[in-house]
Amino acid sequence: MTPTYYLLLSALLFAIGAVGVLVRRNAIVVFMCIELMLNSVNLTLVTFARVNGSLSGQVMAFFVMVVAAAEVVVGLAIIMSIFRTRRSASIDDTNLLKY
Amino acid sequence: MPTDLMLGPASEPSVFAASGVASSAWLLLALPAFGALVLFIGGRRTDGWGHLLGCATIVAAFVWGLVEFFHSTSLPAGQRVQNLHLFSWIPVNALQVDFGLRLDPLSLTFVLLITGVGGLIHIYSIGYMSHDRDRRRFFAYLNLFVASMLLLVLGNGFVTLYLGWEGVGLASYLLIGWYSDRPSAATAAKKAFLMNRVGDVGLALAIFILFAKLHTTQYTEVFARAHTLSPGTLTAIALLLLLGACGKSGQFPLQSWLPDAMEGPTPVSALIHAATMVTAGVYLVARSNPIYDLTSSGRLLVVIIGAITLLLGAIVGCAYDDIKKVLAYSTVSQIGYMMLAVGLGPFGYALAIVHLLSHGFFKAGLFLGAGSVMHAMDDETDMRRFGGLFKRMPITAVTFGFGYLAIIGFPFLSGFYSKDPIIEAAFQQGGWRGWVFGLAAAIAAGLTAFYMTRLVIMTFFGPARWQELKNTDGNDYHPHEAPATMTIPMIILAIGSVGIGAYLTIGNRLANWLTPSLGALQKADNGPLPSIVVTIGTLVLAAIGVLVAILVVGRRAVPVTRPEPVAWPVRAARADLYGNALNETLVARPGQWLTGALVFSDRMGVDGMVNGIAALFGGSSGRLRRLQTGFVRSYALSMLGGSILLIAALLLVRFSG
Amino acid sequence: MFTHAGLLLAAAPHPAGYVSPGETIAFWVLGPLALAGALGMLFSRNAVHSALWLVLTMLSLGMLYMAQQAPFLGFVQIIVYTGAIMMLFLFVLMMVGRDASDSVVEVLRGQRLWAGILGVGLAGLIVGIVARGLTAVTAVGLDGPNSANGGNVSQIGRSLFTDFLFPFELTSALLITAAVGAMVLAYTGRSAKGGKKTQRELVVARFRGEHARPSPLPGPGVFATGNSVATPALLPDGSIAPESLSEIIEATPVTEYGPDLAEVSDTGERVGARALTEGSHTESSYEESEEVRS
Repeated sequence: MTPTYYLLLSALLFAIGAVGVLVRRNAIVVFMCIELMLNSVNLTLVTFARVNGSLSGQVMAFFVMVVAAAEVVVGLAIIMSIFRTRRSASIDDTNLLKY
Repeated sequence: MPTDLMLGPASEPSVFAASGVASSAWLLLALPAFGALVLFIGGRRTDGWGHLLGCATIVAAFVWGLVEFFHSTSLPAGQRVQNLHLFSWIPVNALQVDFGLRLDPLSLTFVLLITGVGGLIHIYSIGYMSHDRDRRRFFAYLNLFVASMLLLVLGNGFVTLYLGWEGVGLASYLLIGWYSDRPSAATAAKKAFLMNRVGDVGLALAIFILFAKLHTTQYTEVFARAHTLSPGTLTAIALLLLLGACGKSGQFPLQSWLPDAMEGPTPVSALIHAATMVTAGVYLVARSNPIYDLTSSGRLLVVIIGAITLLLGAIVGCAYDDIKKVLAYSTVSQIGYMMLAVGLGPFGYALAIVHLLSHGFFKAGLFLGAGSVMHAMDDETDMRRFGGLFKRMPITAVTFGFGYLAIIGFPFLSGFYSKDPIIEAAFQQGGWRGWVFGLAAAIAAGLTAFYMTRLVIMTFFGPARWQELKNTDGNDYHPHEAPATMTIPMIILAIGSVGIGAYLTIGNRLANWLTPSLGALQKADNGPLPSIVVTIGTLVLAAIGVLVAILVVGRRAVPVTRPEPVAWPVRAARADLYGNALNETLVARPGQWLTGALVFSDRMGVDGMVNGIAALFGGSSGRLRRLQTGFVRSYALSMLGGSILLIAALLLVRFSG
Repeated sequence: MFTHAGLLLAAAPHPAGYVSPGETIAFWVLGPLALAGALGMLFSRNAVHSALWLVLTMLSLGMLYMAQQAPFLGFVQIIVYTGAIMMLFLFVLMMVGRDASDSVVEVLRGQRLWAGILGVGLAGLIVGIVARGLTAVTAVGLDGPNSANGGNVSQIGRSLFTDFLFPFELTSALLITAAVGAMVLAYTGRSAKGGKKTQRELVVARFRGEHARPSPLPGPGVFATGNSVATPALLPDGSIAPESLSEIIEATPVTEYGPDLAEVSDTGERVGARALTEGSHTESSYEESEEVRS
């Protein structure tokens, strides 16, 4: 058992999050998948902090959380306003910007 | 043979810098130009007095021309060629063109003709154009023409001449197309402009060759060094100058625009297309006499062109019923005489200028008379609808009659003194040339007598056919004498038609005056016939012409519509001896074919390639565009694919080494 | 409390690279749980279920942080992330996306196939990198920083306010911007399209004729004895007011209101205005009223 396992776990979570973004159509679920990817990155940051014996990684993970929170707030507000005008939370319905 | 006499290097007389009165010669140009400028810029505000300003500037220029003339005559003959440098016009490295005036007997003669006849016709136009709403613009164009024509004759180099040349072309174009609401006038203006371009190309090429060989375009230097050119170059220059002269003077094969130019108002026909502009070609050849003196083959071609044209004009003139067209072909024919004369070299330069001056008077008078008739007959030009106008407009008829007598060479009138010496000189060439050119000129004199007599009889004598006819508006004709502004110029010109020939030729007055410009007039007495025989023979031919006309036209009723069908010579003459058809077949058709081929190759070749490439990119982008589906997930998929490729590439580089 | 948790999961001084058996056990329990949560989120069609699955993953990750000598982050993860952010997600889901469960049919051709292939490829790549690049890693461990100067929390705080001061301040600006932005996006004032009108505006609009009628629709049973929604209102002439009929509820048949109808249309026993006080004056009062009317 070495910290490498954490990294592998993180890789799997990241890939699952990425696939989720591609296949899910509910905008909020897509957002949750992005959160999952961010969390997996946080896991690697924490792991590397431990491997290198420095707290900087943890501070960085802290920043990631803050930014993620800000992103969630704005993103959900956008989803709300889109829902208000188009009565739908599906990202496939917002496809006006095309050829 | 006299034409083969080797003429030594051109004896260019010494040229003096203008001083005294001559240094103000630029006023000659500035006055009409000022008038044109004021009328153009002033626009409608000058409607009330614009015509008066136009006349005043021309008359002032005439007065100033007289001052210059008398100043020149007060000088000794050797100092009469003066050069007035005004400013450096085109100073480009090797190309140094000065803008200046050359004051010599030749140019001053032309100045007096242009401003004198021009002034009379300006005054005539006040009456003639009084019903035209745009009379002020008409005078602006006329002033522009006079300014350009003066620049043409006064310029001291080929480039200034070219500027005036194009200026008169422009003014001619504008004035032929004056009645622009008539399609025929617009077409005639375009035709005149285009055919003049053909001639202008020749003139421009001649100037280019001069510059390439001599590195100058100023008369003084060109004439001084013309003998250094090779014979081939000289002939080429002479032929190209002749092409320019043919275009401007309506000589064969570029003659067909001149009759069509009669679409313009009659004063324009009188001034531009009879008295002045169309003689510019004669002026060009006479002015370039140091070049033509050196090339006998060039001169021979000038004579041939002149002979063809004078016959052609006289033959066609017999067939037309339109009074102005008859006069137009008469002009073509008379200018043919002048060309023939200048082609004779030192034997004819001065004769050509004499005929030019007397022709300027009597032809302008004839045109003004024709204009007066048209004015009285509601712009009708068909002579078959005239007849018996003598009683209704006696002044016009009498002045016209003097012009008529002058042109047919009635003894002791202008035409007799100016045309007869040309025929004599043609005969005196000797050999086959003397016979061919002399006979052509003499026969044409007889034809001239015929068609002019026919014109006069159909217009002024016989029954008044117009009494049974209606004009185009459906009203009766009411012929009446013209106002004084129109009759006075006609009277003055009639006096000129009577006396100018005798005044200029008795004692070789004009020839001697022109000697500093053209060299002394030479006489070759080796003709096949003595000169008295030629004179009498010409008179007899003219008398026969008059008699035939009286028998054919005067003794028989003239049908109001022209008879059809007619014998082939009349058919040919009515078709301008197929001049238009010739142009059409030889130039226009091949040009159209060439243009069509070029357009085709441009469309299929150049455009096809360009459009093909454009279509290729357009089509492929149209297909690539389909990738923009608007689905965020598709975009995310490609982003992920791209990231994976990137990571894989990094990995490959990192771990392959 | 944090120090205690840290002590609990990653025991005190050990040589570098040491991984306690407790942590190993924790990883093998929590790691699969996190994976299961992620997969559950991916595959559950209902968005609420997805959110709940994600909560599981996040809780597991928070525990793993603690096991990795990051007790502060672990608690923040559980309290802030799982507790606050995920609840925000659920709120929004309840408002907008609850009924929008994904349909089984995929509209984009090949999207799922390619997403799967690329996902596996991505996982494979990263796993490959980690496996090749980090085979023999000995972790230095955070025993030092975590035990000095007041432990993990105060060390992070010190780091934040010294080395990372500038990014930290930037973060505050970011948060304020995000808050303002969210308010701007979510705000719908009265003036905005679809905003509610005030009562006064509504009355003015009614009397201008912008509605079918100026008055409100008649309530049920105004002239009737019952006050049920099913009871239609009666007009003064005894007929039924059509506007009072509900579209979805079948109205009570009119025949059941015989007495009421009779009363309204003057055919039955009449009751005078003083019926309750003086039993015998009914007729006269009616006649009075007749007289008054005539």
